[in-house]
Amino acid sequence: MLEIKDLKAEIEGKIILNGINLVVKPGEVHAVMGPNGAGKSTLSAVLAGRADYTVTGGEVSFNGKDLLEMSPEDRAREGVFLAFQYPVEIPGVSTTNFLKTAINEKRKYLGLEPMEATAFLKFMREKMELMEMDKALTSRSLNEGFSGGEKKRNEVFQMAMLEPKLTIMDETDSGLDIDALRLVSAGVNKLKDGERSFVVITHYQRLLDYIVPDFVHVLYKGRIVKSGDASLAKELEAKGYDWIKAEVEQGANT
Amino acid sequence: MAEEVDIIDQVVGQEYKYGFTTNIEMETAPKGLTEDTIRFISSKKTEPEWMLEYRLKAFRYWQSLSSPSWQNFSYPAVDYQDIIYYAAPKEKITLDSLDQVDPELLKTFEKLGISLSEQKRLTGVAVDAVFDSVSIATTFKDQLKEKGIIFCSMSEAVHEHPDLVKKYLSSVVPYTDNFFAALNAAVFSDGSFVYIPKGVRCPMELSTYFRINAENTGQFERTLIIADEGSYVSYLEGCTAPMRDENQLHAAVVELVALENAEIKYSTVQNWYPGDKNGKGGIYNFVTKRGICLGDYAKISWTQVETGSAITWKYPSCILKGDHSVGEFFSVAVTNNMQQADTGTKMIHIGKNTKSRIVSKGISAGKSHNTYRGLVKVNKKADKARNHTQCDSMLIGDRSGAHTFPYIEINNKSAMVEHEASTSKIGEDQIFYCNQRGIGTEEAIGLIVNGFCREVLNQLPMEFAVEAQKLLAVSLEGSVG
Repeated sequence: MLEIKDLKAEIEGKIILNGINLVVKPGEVHAVMGPNGAGKSTLSAVLAGRADYTVTGGEVSFNGKDLLEMSPEDRAREGVFLAFQYPVEIPGVSTTNFLKTAINEKRKYLGLEPMEATAFLKFMREKMELMEMDKALTSRSLNEGFSGGEKKRNEVFQMAMLEPKLTIMDETDSGLDIDALRLVSAGVNKLKDGERSFVVITHYQRLLDYIVPDFVHVLYKGRIVKSGDASLAKELEAKGYDWIKAEVEQGANT
Repeated sequence: MAEEVDIIDQVVGQEYKYGFTTNIEMETAPKGLTEDTIRFISSKKTEPEWMLEYRLKAFRYWQSLSSPSWQNFSYPAVDYQDIIYYAAPKEKITLDSLDQVDPELLKTFEKLGISLSEQKRLTGVAVDAVFDSVSIATTFKDQLKEKGIIFCSMSEAVHEHPDLVKKYLSSVVPYTDNFFAALNAAVFSDGSFVYIPKGVRCPMELSTYFRINAENTGQFERTLIIADEGSYVSYLEGCTAPMRDENQLHAAVVELVALENAEIKYSTVQNWYPGDKNGKGGIYNFVTKRGICLGDYAKISWTQVETGSAITWKYPSCILKGDHSVGEFFSVAVTNNMQQADTGTKMIHIGKNTKSRIVSKGISAGKSHNTYRGLVKVNKKADKARNHTQCDSMLIGDRSGAHTFPYIEINNKSAMVEHEASTSKIGEDQIFYCNQRGIGTEEAIGLIVNGFCREVLNQLPMEFAVEAQKLLAVSLEGSVG
């Protein structure tokens, strides 16, 4: 599904990603962890096509297509979804109207007819029930005045609506209390269908108690320096990141 | 950044959809403005003596004035002797039957999406179509007549309803009001006249569609709407013009009179030709619009969507004379490329317990400048007057400007006046967020701008709200910031 080879990227001349290699197969959940400043959010931004970053090397293929060649909107239409760490507010635009536009843009790209209003509303109702979304949220302006938890739940709801093949979650757990964390995780778990893949970026292990990863990768100084299974996350939680940093420094010195 | 500039430059390629011209034989007044021009116009319209006298008085007053210079934009001086003040299709038009209207004219209005033929009329909207200096046709006239509603061209009203015209014309905007009001009073050619009798709720939207076609002409229409006690009317105007390299002047006057308990809702979708990307050509839209709530509990509501014109200079205002009367102003002004807009409102509180509300949304893209200028005035005797003003500006790109000049004059201590203002920039974050959901940048801007203006767009009658939304998106095509 997703194949990242030796990906390098910088912002304003500063190297942030320094050769990332990662392969994500259908249905897999990968967690990417790491200390602050390791390049976690940059990785998600580069994959989604944010223009602030310059890709200086490497390749990313998504279902056989060159992802880096595509515009951000085409990446989304191909099935890449980014759950934002800080979802933006768009005053005056309801979540309903926003999602209807998004879905129909995607359908147009795929050569399908736009979804009719009644079919769309029915589809949305189903997804709202599935995600246990409060009806009031969808008629309010997108994310405007939403609490941190509501914004994150709205991200997961949008994911359910857009049915992506690959979801990248950028520190979705940041700023969430334990109840919101549970709700968000439950939503994500409902969307797992054995085909859909997830890259979960997080600083803390606690999210991974709810969304259990198949693989855990540690990002440090723009590289993946260690990979393992879910137990690696527990180890990090217990021991912190310093031992990994030390390991890397040591490796560099020998 | 380079990409951003490129995209902004693409706006240039955007075509003005209504830029075509109609080839039709025209009868025009000779260029220039003298007393003879005014006599010519008046005689073309076979006006009564009192009308001619009024025009001449206005003209003499106008001659004593010089064009104003306090505005927040600059423009080359207009040569008032280089304008044609009257242009009308040569063929005689009988207003009773559309069959006698030149088919070329009917086609023009079809192209603009305004059908005048019986079968294809917009349901629920009666239309008065004004082409250059004359009204071409007014639809649904008979149906309206049954209710006692008068909806006709101004020229017709002068002949058929002289008492009403004499009583109210110039009562809200006297010719001494300003330079352009004086000019308009001297040379106005046509426009719409509406009278809603006591207690009648006008069953359909009334609408006037203005089209400038002829070269070197100015358009000076005059609209007068009178809502008698307890009546209601919703009125809309739309306008377009061909693309021409020279600037054309549009100096209209609109007067609204709402008597006790009456309500007038006046909506404008202004889409005059804005000029090209370098600011060549386009309409100078210098308009005086004012309404008066004469009676108690009267209400006047202005809604405007301004996307066209090289320069817009207008302040639809309300004089709240009756006690408990209400004035509202909802505005969206979009400027792109080299366009300049200086617009806003005046709310003059005279009666007790009068209320006014102002919502202004300005969007500037390209190298354009967008100014809100508004006055809230509370007179000595206007006890417990209330006003709420909200002015929001949005900038697209980094070469446009937004300006706000609120003037507040309070002469009564019991007044409550609130003013809120904000300026925002369409953020790259917002656009990227939309992109990431599969929404392209152009659509994203359309979506964000429409969201920004929603409060105002909601005020428009259904038939026009959709049109206005599309218009906003088109006006900003390519203007990414």
